[in-house]
Amino acid sequence: MKLRYFAWVRERVGKAEEDLDPPAEIATVHDLVAWLARQGEGYAYAFENPGIVRSAIDKRHVRADARIAGAKEIAFFPPMTGG
Amino acid sequence: MTTTVRLQREPFDAAKEATALARGRTDIGAVVTFTGICRADENGEPIAALNLEHYPEMAEAEIGRHVEAASKRWPLLGVTVVHRYGRIAPGEPIVLVVTASNHRQAAFAAAEFLMDYLKTQAPFWKQVEKPSDKAGGTTAAKIWVEAKASDDSAAERWSPAPLKRETAK
Repeated sequence: MKLRYFAWVRERVGKAEEDLDPPAEIATVHDLVAWLARQGEGYAYAFENPGIVRSAIDKRHVRADARIAGAKEIAFFPPMTGG
Repeated sequence: MTTTVRLQREPFDAAKEATALARGRTDIGAVVTFTGICRADENGEPIAALNLEHYPEMAEAEIGRHVEAASKRWPLLGVTVVHRYGRIAPGEPIVLVVTASNHRQAAFAAAEFLMDYLKTQAPFWKQVEKPSDKAGGTTAAKIWVEAKASDDSAAERWSPAPLKRETAK
């Protein structure tokens, strides 16, 4: 699946997007965040406070308990500050 | 209903957009135009500019969903939303919401509803560019703007929100 990162999440991870295949036991956004946080220093920093980071599956906001099966694109970003 | 949602780097002309929305229509009795403008300060500190990052495909979809929710809630005849991204200097417009209806109440309420949701749900992130240190000539510092609790409570007053984050699928 494609992962996309925005704003300070992107800066901390060190890339805007990547294709990753997480292990099969990763079922939810929450699981994915915990797994990503173990993939290196930048990821650990980006997800150090997982309650802050928001997520979207296929361009819709989702909560941490959302299941990721079948997702094409998952995005992680800080709370929005548009408008 | 006429709906226009546009994301663009260039400035926009609010008056032109409002005129275009109502042109040739005799059913529209009220047009409300809101323009958000970049201030020269953020939290009392001077800024050189704002840099807006966005998630293009989702921003368009998310704004479209909120326009649809607004049109279910109020009898709207037209909505135009323009949101800029990239570098925006103080005094320049950032966001435009134009709502048209038979009567003013719906147009005012829908414009406010859309702005409150844009602030907290549309995937845009503001970064402040500080004025560069003239003496040292150092690169200008860039700081991400933090989300405000007051914006969350402004959006929550329209609850039960039709577009809260989805629960597990």
